[in-house]
Amino acid sequence: MTNDVMVIGEHFQGALSQITLELLGKARELAGQLDGKVEAVLLGHGVEPLAAELGAADRLSIADHPLLEHFVPETYEAVIAQRIKQAGPRLVLLGSTSVGLDLIGPLSVRAAVPCFDNCTSLQVREGRVVAISQLYGGKIFAEYAVPETTALVAVVPGSFPAEPGKAAGAPEVLRLAAPPAPRTTFRKLIEPPPGDVDVSKVPLLVAVGRGIQNADNIPLAEELAETLGGAVCASRPVIDQGWLPLTRQVGKSGVTVKPKLYLALGISGAPEHVEGMKQSELIIAVNTDAKAPIFGLAHYGAVADAVEIIPLLTEQIRAASG
Amino acid sequence: MKIAVLIKQVPDLVEGLEIDASGKALDQDSLRYIISEADDHALEQALLIRERTGASVDVFALDVGEARDSLTTALAKGAERVTLVAAGLEAAPGSHALAELFAGVLRPQNFDLILTGVRAIDDLDGSLGGLLAGLLELPYVGLIRKVETGPGGETAIVQKEFPGGFITELEVKLPAVLGIQSAEQPPRYVPVSRLRQVMKTAKIGEQAVEPPQAQPIAVERLFKPEEGAGASMLEGTPEELAKQIAGLLAERHLLKG
Ligand SMILES: Cc1cc2nc3c(=O)[nH]c(=O)nc-3n(C[C@H](O)[C@H](O)[C@H](O)COP(=O)(O)OP(=O)(O)OC[C@H]3O[C@@H](n4cnc5c(N)ncnc54)[C@H](O)[C@@H]3O)c2cc1C
Repeated sequence: MTNDVMVIGEHFQGALSQITLELLGKARELAGQLDGKVEAVLLGHGVEPLAAELGAADRLSIADHPLLEHFVPETYEAVIAQRIKQAGPRLVLLGSTSVGLDLIGPLSVRAAVPCFDNCTSLQVREGRVVAISQLYGGKIFAEYAVPETTALVAVVPGSFPAEPGKAAGAPEVLRLAAPPAPRTTFRKLIEPPPGDVDVSKVPLLVAVGRGIQNADNIPLAEELAETLGGAVCASRPVIDQGWLPLTRQVGKSGVTVKPKLYLALGISGAPEHVEGMKQSELIIAVNTDAKAPIFGLAHYGAVADAVEIIPLLTEQIRAASG
Repeated sequence: MKIAVLIKQVPDLVEGLEIDASGKALDQDSLRYIISEADDHALEQALLIRERTGASVDVFALDVGEARDSLTTALAKGAERVTLVAAGLEAAPGSHALAELFAGVLRPQNFDLILTGVRAIDDLDGSLGGLLAGLLELPYVGLIRKVETGPGGETAIVQKEFPGGFITELEVKLPAVLGIQSAEQPPRYVPVSRLRQVMKTAKIGEQAVEPPQAQPIAVERLFKPEEGAGASMLEGTPEELAKQIAGLLAERHLLKG
């Protein structure tokens, strides 16, 4: 095993994902402390242009093949497992994302290495790599030492700054072998339906969660949003119930927003939701549970029934807006 | 087509979670267990496939928490068979251990499709689906929101979620393991009367297995987010709270007019 830190790169529709820069920056820091090198691994088809953005790595392993054009878990996993076995890095960092989450399990088994998910902190302390993962919907953190073998760690997007990952450089380039014929094939990409508001561009957001209780209360939230001159967005359960369209979902599998105001109504603050809204300028949360993790993140909070507060707030805002 | 659904018990977050005296585990007495939300979606997705194709649905759960209740509910929803996997464990083991146990149970049974929730709230060492697929050497796809069967039941056509509302459609040769994020419709509701009726006749199969070999993760410390860090809390009646929130927005010039 080496002391190297490997980063599994991600890209979507021709653009490098933010998480990859966040991981590269962290990898630089860790590799410095462990006295190892940073290796970025990039899989795709026609991905060469993205290499220019991976200057923070010492080494860049590229697999470029038509079968890798779209993310097909099995195909990606086979190529990466091979590279991990060959290179034997101390750490392999992935995003806890739609890509990384499909890879860590099969990779952990195939490369016979441990894996950890939901990581939000990684540090070297006295030669040990100590990590923290967020569990139980953000209510509990677990601290553990990453075993001193090769280990896979999936990191929650937004946990580390992207800036340190943007360093310029000229990494040595390695070519990885073409993948085997997969049992999984890509059929098509389905784009979000056009026409709905893009909540990532709306400065004032009224966000509703399961605490909104039922579909009948959605119009109340819409009225509040309209009075504010903003829009309604939601956590996953609200979308799953079909109360609002998928385009309104904020979080890991939804959109990432950075509004001037994020009014979180009946949202617990689960990590998968938080990663999509934590950079909001002002977060005000209303929740009946004083221990809801959203209060750890919000600037202002009120322990109250959101369904009761919404119409009262609409009234107040109407009065104040004149 | 034979479908297996794997469901897991997790602490209900509605209850306050307490850390035990060791500081390394949750206090079991403080917990109330429920089915993991994504697993409930996996069961729903399996039942939808069954309704469309006549596939059989078998549900498996490790014997911890209220697994028996969850299996009874699965029967009431329409599963053919349910099996409690007994490994003599007091608390839910890690994902590697769970995958090892289920791999042993499922390997001889030749299921075409194995569905499980993409992730549970207590998953630290990865999630069950991907690890199980690795052990069984089957393909895996996770973060799925829809599953249809392909021609002749040879493949599954799945929709996988990406950020920003993008979805990719993949075709997976069966047998395969799929990690379900959401079923095509919300999990069905079982009326209490139906549940009572099923409870009287429910046949829950049991399969005893050896405890897992996989070592538990050496967690050094559990802790809660710092109390008092974060929000300034507003106090008052609902009317007063609404007034204060409107005031905060006005101060920041976030109101029209
Ligand atoms: C791979 C993966 C991806 C995911 N992606 C996303 C994502 O993109 N976006 C997302 O949001 N989630 C996502 N999730 C789900 C996430 O884990 C949580 O389950 C979800 O965010 C919880 O939504 P919630 O806060 O509305 O519901 P809950 O966690 O159930 O919280 C409801 C809250 O409402 C409060 N409440 C109840 N009644 C009232 C009332 N009357 N007034 C005020 N408060 C009340 C409760 O105290 C509770 O805190 C994902 C999960 C996985 C596994």
